[in-house]
Amino acid sequence: MSDTGENELRISGAVPSGIEVPVVAGREHCRNPEPPPPGEYPYTRGIFADGFRGRVWTMRQYSGFGTAEESNERYRFLLEQGQTGLSVALDLPTQCGYDPVDEMARPEIGKVGVSLSNLAEMELLFDGIDLDRISTSFTINGTAAMIYAMYVACADRRGIAREKLTGTIQNDILKEYVARGTWIFPVRPSMRLTADSILFANDATPRFNAISIAGAHMRDAGCTAAEEMAYTLANGLAYVEELKRRGGDINRFARRLSFFFYVHMDLFEEVAKFRAGRRLWARLLKERHGVDDPKAQMFRFGVVCGGSSLTAAQPYNNIVRVAIENLAAVMGGAQSIFTCAYDEAFQIPTEFSAEIALRTQQIVAYESGIARSVDPLGGSWYVESLTDRMEEAMLGLIAEVEAYGGAVKAVEDGWLQSRVARRALRRKRDIDALELPVVGVNCFRRPDQTGAPGETFRLDPQASARVLAKYQAVLERRDNASATRALDRLQDAAKKDGENLMPYLVDCCHAYATIGEMVARLKRDWGEFQEPVRL
Amino acid sequence: MAHESAPTPRLRGKKILVAKPGLDGHDAGAKVIALALRDSGAEVIYTGLRKTPDYIARAAIDEDVDAVGLSILSGSHRELVAQVAGRLRELGAPDIPIFVGGTIPAEDQEALRALGVRQVFTSDMPLAAVIEALAKGLE
Repeated sequence: MSDTGENELRISGAVPSGIEVPVVAGREHCRNPEPPPPGEYPYTRGIFADGFRGRVWTMRQYSGFGTAEESNERYRFLLEQGQTGLSVALDLPTQCGYDPVDEMARPEIGKVGVSLSNLAEMELLFDGIDLDRISTSFTINGTAAMIYAMYVACADRRGIAREKLTGTIQNDILKEYVARGTWIFPVRPSMRLTADSILFANDATPRFNAISIAGAHMRDAGCTAAEEMAYTLANGLAYVEELKRRGGDINRFARRLSFFFYVHMDLFEEVAKFRAGRRLWARLLKERHGVDDPKAQMFRFGVVCGGSSLTAAQPYNNIVRVAIENLAAVMGGAQSIFTCAYDEAFQIPTEFSAEIALRTQQIVAYESGIARSVDPLGGSWYVESLTDRMEEAMLGLIAEVEAYGGAVKAVEDGWLQSRVARRALRRKRDIDALELPVVGVNCFRRPDQTGAPGETFRLDPQASARVLAKYQAVLERRDNASATRALDRLQDAAKKDGENLMPYLVDCCHAYATIGEMVARLKRDWGEFQEPVRL
Repeated sequence: MAHESAPTPRLRGKKILVAKPGLDGHDAGAKVIALALRDSGAEVIYTGLRKTPDYIARAAIDEDVDAVGLSILSGSHRELVAQVAGRLRELGAPDIPIFVGGTIPAEDQEALRALGVRQVFTSDMPLAAVIEALAKGLE
């Protein structure tokens, strides 16, 4: 593969979502050349009138591996370096509802995140970190309700008032069926659990976002920018329907819905994606659901810069990619940003690479000046016209999901999964054919290049043994009778439709019942999701 | 797009199991490969997510496949590949070739080959190269 095709390279006339753009954009290309100012409906230009002058976005680096103690050490390092929020990566057993002793769990303990099977581990993870001061985001879905319950129980133990807790649980189960794959239960009981946690959070932890409706993983699985936003909004509408069905007040719960996306490399397409998505969500809530409360109409979102736009080949180039994506995130108006480390395409970041990733954000925030003025690209004919075109594309895609029967049916049947897989194949073929240039991968390669990342991260091979030992110790130390009682009550409550399961889960956590135990009890009635395997 | 060329029937007559062992839910790569193998003439069976090594080995034997492709992006490739290879041996089918795709660091590729893996594919490789390597490996 030493012959690379630089000579065939050209600047494409279309953004990767497939929208053709003019060489010179003019006013005639814009449907909305002068959108209302930031802070005003439909928020094309941003949800806050003062942009980032009021408050700079939260710098939140996704991190976690091995044991709670090791992850706690990394969190303290990141906070000392000026990070402003935590983002917890959990291992696959925790995400899929298996205790570390389970046969399925053993090879995966602590690999892609920290192992967190019970309250004792949560207490170790946040040792010395002020839960009432630091906001924490958990990338957790299948077991989101259990992890959230554990976090609430942890605050209770420390004597911290629940209403002081800030942060987010991802809790977006619908996209797990499409990409990422940490589903456990069938779609409908999972929707119940999601609604339970959101409704509970509205009362118990009003400053905590109980869902972050995420397009990021569908994007990384192959979706275009327009599809990422459209399918996410379609999922968002499905949660709104479910919450309304459960008697939730939309003007209240919609204030705590948040969103999460990837930023890939086409800078203006990304900015247009966020501007269009923000406008479209406000319009959908107002026009379809009669939401008039501005706070409930506002589209708040976090992002990841990196993901599958990063390459294992010539890894230091990723620092440049992430910096460009970081600019797009800021100009798109993100509330929280995670910048991937340059080695994240192939390993857990080292302290060295994690620091560069965080410094990138600090340079963008405090040196580049782009945070000074809100929506600095607003009024650009190119960006306004692309925003319009992206919004049209998204509306068309949402209409397709609805014509199929809505987001819930689309994932139950595997329809959306199959569409995303085909899109992934097309993206791969575009890269192979040099339609989508990726420097160092399909062009500008060096014959002698290696994927050597510099410093290599190595998980402590003893981490898994320590996790297992701690797990056994908790089982021996706890009052088994009270753990069993709490689990029995959870199982009874699950049989009653409309009963909110959150208080029962919090009780289970207080009694040191484990993730695996809670999930096993719910599986007894609900069963497991049967994946529709359609190619 | 200009490159929608006719599929090369390089793998006609071959039957391949594409499997996701363990808890890793990243299936885009597995599905892309499954679709591309099918376009190249192979009969493809895709297992779906979260399969045990035992399930995968039995499926490979029951379906009498020519090769097993394992897709792993969680970093657990050493453990899981060893388990699948071990299970195939125990069930009397040590000759079914195993191919692995995913996030596999260079220094682990040698270890996987030592476990009997025929070849390791990473996401940077063009599909045509993957198919060619598979076809050669199955000749």
